[in-house]
Amino acid sequence: MNRNLILGGALTAVFVLAALVSFVWTPFDHAALNIPNKLQIPGGVHLLGTDHFGRDILSMIMVGARTSIAVALVAVGIGMGLGVPLGLWAAARQGSWLDELIMRGNDLVFAFPSLVIAILITAIFGAGAVNAIIAIGIFNIPVFARITRGAALSIWQREFILAARVAGKSAARISVEHILPNVTNLLIVQGTIQFSLGILAEAGLSYVGLGAQPPLPSWGRMLADAQTLVSIAPHMALIPGFAIILMVLGLNLMGDGLRDYLDPRLRVARA
Amino acid sequence: MLRYALKRLLSLVISLAVASLVIFAVIEVAPGDPASFMLGMNAQPETLAALRSELGLDVSKVQRYFAWISGMLSGDFGTSYTYRTPVIDMISGRLWVSLPLALYALTLSTLIAFPAGIYAASRRGQVGDVGVMGATQLGVAVPNFWFAMILVLIFAIKLRWFAAGGFVGWDKGLWVGLHGLTLPAIALALPQAAILARVMLSSLLDVLGEDFMRTARAKGLSARQALWRHGLRNALIPVLTIIGLQFSFLLAGSIIIEQVFYLPGLGRLVFQAISARDLIVVESVVMLLVFSVIIVNFLVDLAYAAVDPRLRSRV
Repeated sequence: MNRNLILGGALTAVFVLAALVSFVWTPFDHAALNIPNKLQIPGGVHLLGTDHFGRDILSMIMVGARTSIAVALVAVGIGMGLGVPLGLWAAARQGSWLDELIMRGNDLVFAFPSLVIAILITAIFGAGAVNAIIAIGIFNIPVFARITRGAALSIWQREFILAARVAGKSAARISVEHILPNVTNLLIVQGTIQFSLGILAEAGLSYVGLGAQPPLPSWGRMLADAQTLVSIAPHMALIPGFAIILMVLGLNLMGDGLRDYLDPRLRVARA
Repeated sequence: MLRYALKRLLSLVISLAVASLVIFAVIEVAPGDPASFMLGMNAQPETLAALRSELGLDVSKVQRYFAWISGMLSGDFGTSYTYRTPVIDMISGRLWVSLPLALYALTLSTLIAFPAGIYAASRRGQVGDVGVMGATQLGVAVPNFWFAMILVLIFAIKLRWFAAGGFVGWDKGLWVGLHGLTLPAIALALPQAAILARVMLSSLLDVLGEDFMRTARAKGLSARQALWRHGLRNALIPVLTIIGLQFSFLLAGSIIIEQVFYLPGLGRLVFQAISARDLIVVESVVMLLVFSVIIVNFLVDLAYAAVDPRLRSRV
């Protein structure tokens, strides 16, 4: 086990745990208004202070973690679920019109930053957490398609694939039985990176009002609320910001650590 | 090179055509009729029909798509449903904030990332390298709009070196304009600089292991001379791609940063348009953003081929 993996895993685990615990327990009701208690600084009964409505910030951070993790996780699922099969398919038909079509389609989706997709979706259906999921998910598809195709292409050249072809297996069966298991490590690492980018993107979308809507708490919306109060209650901006940074940092470190841990060449070197 | 450029140009035109079709189709799906929205619930059918005709909504979707495209090609983006002014005027005014902001941030990001990447590569494994890489790890994790709020808190509210929001425009001179965009540009640039520095470092480390670098050292060049004369040029290729990709992120990112600083750019325009259901403005701004991403990527591809002659023959 390497240091990055342990530190990153621990940081991520803290937030995932906080999100899970928030389903059954939070220090206070995250939605309960308590105006006389507003803008309390961290420490005392409210460990991380209160916001301008007197809501407990720790409770909001815990419930907000749920939103961030759910949005980013489902968006990674969409990206992987559609991108990986497309990448495998393109690699199996390398050089054909199908490969070209999939890759040019990828380039096209790349030209739509997730914020732009979110703007388009919101213009039609209105804002909401589901829009954020779709926007980030669509942006993830070409990322996974491209990385899967790249890795699969090199595996198609290997001798055990030739053996499978000689044995009469179809391209689809080879892709599922032999190529996919060999690109899984790469996908896990990329999945971690896209997860952390998803957390950042969700926060950005919620901040500008395109993501999670009240009363659903989210870290981005907490920051939007904090903006006009930043000079009198800096903790309202600092705490959700630190939560985002620590979560993203944890996932990135975990991604780096996983890459080192799962890379077979490094494993041989260690043995 | 010409053959390569022509092939890329063809693919550029196809990408733009498909992107415009997608955007048009998505906006078409939007519920509601702009004319009824503008005139309200109690509008007379004749007035409604007249307005629909004025806005060009009474023809088929195919005709409307081609009218939209040919209009855009000749600089006519249509008329805003809410303000009844030409969309092109609304956009061009805002572009003078968003575009300089993205370019300013891109310059800052490059100015920070290049020295940081080169410094870390030349001091591999030493304290300096570890420090730079630790800082970039943190930089990648910081949301730019949060960083912007912290910059406002420190440099605008506490130190009063900059304004906390708004933009005075370029009429008062270049320096005043740039000063007004400095905090937003720093907020946009730092996270991107962290990514760029990491790419710069890994690209330099790849190049340092190449045979031609060993040859350069064997010729008698010092490590530093070899890095500057041979390493840097070769390491620039992947860096160039990332800079191209960053431009689109910066342009999209400026939409969010404009919210923090209350800048009158494309971002504020598009959010106002969304809340007012001024879909023609949304459609035009989105097309403009996507258009710029596709054009920048095309230019990066050409620059790529100019730097690395091997790529020209590959296509």
